[in-house]
Amino acid sequence: MRSRMSLVDLGSRPYFEMVQMIKPIKVLMAKPGLDGHDRGIKVVSRGLTESGFEVIYAGLWNTPEMIVETAIQEDVDVIGLSILSGAHDVLIPAITGALEGRGLLENVVVLVGGTIPLEDFDLLKRSGVDGIFIPGTTISEIAVMIKRLVKDKIGIELK
Amino acid sequence: MIGEEAGKKLIKKAMEERERAKKGLERRDDFETLSWVPVKRIYTPEDVRELNYDKDVGRPGEYPYTRGIYPNMFRGRIWTIRMFSGLGGPEDTNRRWKELMAHGETGLSTAFDFPTINGIDSDDPLALGEVGRCGVSVCTFEDMESLFSGIRPDEITVNFTINTPAEYILASYFALAKKRGIPISKVGGTTQNDSLKDFYSQKHYRFSPEAHLYLNTDLIRYCTKNAPLWNTISISGYHIREAGSTALQELAWTIADGVEFVRYLTERWKMDVDSFAPRLSFFWNAHDNFFEEVAKFRAARKIWAEIMRDWFGAKNPRSLMCRFHVQTGGCTLTYQYPETNIARVAIQGMAAVLGGCQSLHTDSYDEAICTPTDKAADIATLTQRILAYEIGATDTVDPLGGSYYVEWLTREMTEGAMREIEKIEKMGGATKAILDGYFWREIAKSASEYQGKIEKNEIIKVGVNDIKPESMEYSFEPLRIPLDLEEKRRKWLKEYRENRDGNKIDTILDTLRKTAEEMHDNKFDEPQPMFEHMYEAVNVKATMGEVMDALQDVFGRFREPPIF
Repeated sequence: MRSRMSLVDLGSRPYFEMVQMIKPIKVLMAKPGLDGHDRGIKVVSRGLTESGFEVIYAGLWNTPEMIVETAIQEDVDVIGLSILSGAHDVLIPAITGALEGRGLLENVVVLVGGTIPLEDFDLLKRSGVDGIFIPGTTISEIAVMIKRLVKDKIGIELK
Repeated sequence: MIGEEAGKKLIKKAMEERERAKKGLERRDDFETLSWVPVKRIYTPEDVRELNYDKDVGRPGEYPYTRGIYPNMFRGRIWTIRMFSGLGGPEDTNRRWKELMAHGETGLSTAFDFPTINGIDSDDPLALGEVGRCGVSVCTFEDMESLFSGIRPDEITVNFTINTPAEYILASYFALAKKRGIPISKVGGTTQNDSLKDFYSQKHYRFSPEAHLYLNTDLIRYCTKNAPLWNTISISGYHIREAGSTALQELAWTIADGVEFVRYLTERWKMDVDSFAPRLSFFWNAHDNFFEEVAKFRAARKIWAEIMRDWFGAKNPRSLMCRFHVQTGGCTLTYQYPETNIARVAIQGMAAVLGGCQSLHTDSYDEAICTPTDKAADIATLTQRILAYEIGATDTVDPLGGSYYVEWLTREMTEGAMREIEKIEKMGGATKAILDGYFWREIAKSASEYQGKIEKNEIIKVGVNDIKPESMEYSFEPLRIPLDLEEKRRKWLKEYRENRDGNKIDTILDTLRKTAEEMHDNKFDEPQPMFEHMYEAVNVKATMGEVMDALQDVFGRFREPPIF
């Protein structure tokens, strides 16, 4: 996201858009905290790969700092966070907060999937989360949503 | 809830089906179980012709135990109603347990929070946001005392769903019994203590599979000698299924893990199979396909009896018995119309009962949304009383035995699982199969296949791909664990650490490291006792996190490859 955004900042947007057209959307998939439920994140990671996305799978046991670091190093468009531990109200704002602290929250789409009560949607959205997926969401719904959000938030229509 | 237009479409579909059925056509081209076993329109004596009743089925309480491990089963006593439960601090869980016992629960089962399951203390930075969230936080002997305040270890059996720090937790429980004047020979209960499945399902391992296999079997060694009523391990298929396996894989892989434990105990610890095998137990999932689940439970008993007798030469009938706990399938619960989960849970519980379980947990209807509320947990507990006493399901043993379909499916499951178990044996056993990535690859494949079938409407989940609600709603207040608990625990632990003899802690942690080093150096070939040192660690007030970190200094941290 750094290099891409710096191109936008430089005002070379038409060229940038051209480059983007041939690059797949890059998604970092990670589980924050100690939660071991990794069925969902693996199924979604596989599904997105099969749907043409480029998936970086960070897997289990990620601290908020580790997730932000990996997102920067891998230069991703989207961060997908899967959490079924009930700790989303603490860990997700810690991640979005760290992204904001480094000036990156505006340049990356942040998505959360898992057992999130409806009552917590506002809290997560206010912290900077762009989309929340509850159990029962299909891979195709997720894929469509990612493309739309990447277009709306980053302003670029990717492959 | 689905709107008028969608409702009209459904009626149209039902009319079409009616027209097709009139012509002798069926609702779909293929019918299959959740292990993708094709199901025929009808089963007849022809399908079970090769089955020998005495040899393959037999009477309950007799080899190969297909129909049940006891001659009278639930006519004698019903299964133990054992609700997996834990939340907040030890005091909060103690209160919830007492509430459940007031609703007819007859055995306890401890849900620990994620830090505890991973062997991490509440004040570790890695525990951020997770203390007391999906289970109870326990990291000292004093926590264990609060958890069991007013509950006597010799009057109720308790299950500890704990694997990585299983030895520390059990040593604390035994220390508690001793302090209250109860000899550990009189203490009954279960430690899950099966780390093999963690590598490809529950995912709370810390060290290598070899290191965990050593620690798990060391606990079995200690209890075999000192705690004859303790079920030393609960060899678990539950999590394997939750992680996305099929019923057949759950059955086969769990037994393959069991074979690995028995082999380590007989070959490395040089123990007589009949000395420890009677205290091995199992833990299965009860998923959506009712008949397949019943067949799976029946097949499990038959396979385990045959393997223990023929592969390991066990002679004690109790060594041959697959005794098991069942939990209804958490992953089958829907976020949509959560109250419909009450029906799912009842039917899955019924499969466990007709499959002859020894204990049962029934899920709460709100579990796809939050940690169970009091009311939801109470309803789940009462559901078991209905299964036990209202509906006549417990009046005769194995009432589905003799059904052409169930007997045929039991044989399909038995033969399919045996082929898979032999395949894993050829790879060199479960530990090798883990390290080779076999389980990771296969489980990812099965989970994706299941999801694909959901998206193509080949598997139906009401609320998910059938009668999908227009908008989400539910009529209860999700349970909240107060966020200040973490801070309270941090303060409490700080004080705890200040009020003990630091030299004694250093000495015992050194001893633990030294034993671990010996094991590491001999490649786990000549196991040395560890449990006794754990006991000493509890006595001098070392915390769980300190003990596990000391072991990690030697064993290192295991990480799995990114296979999805």
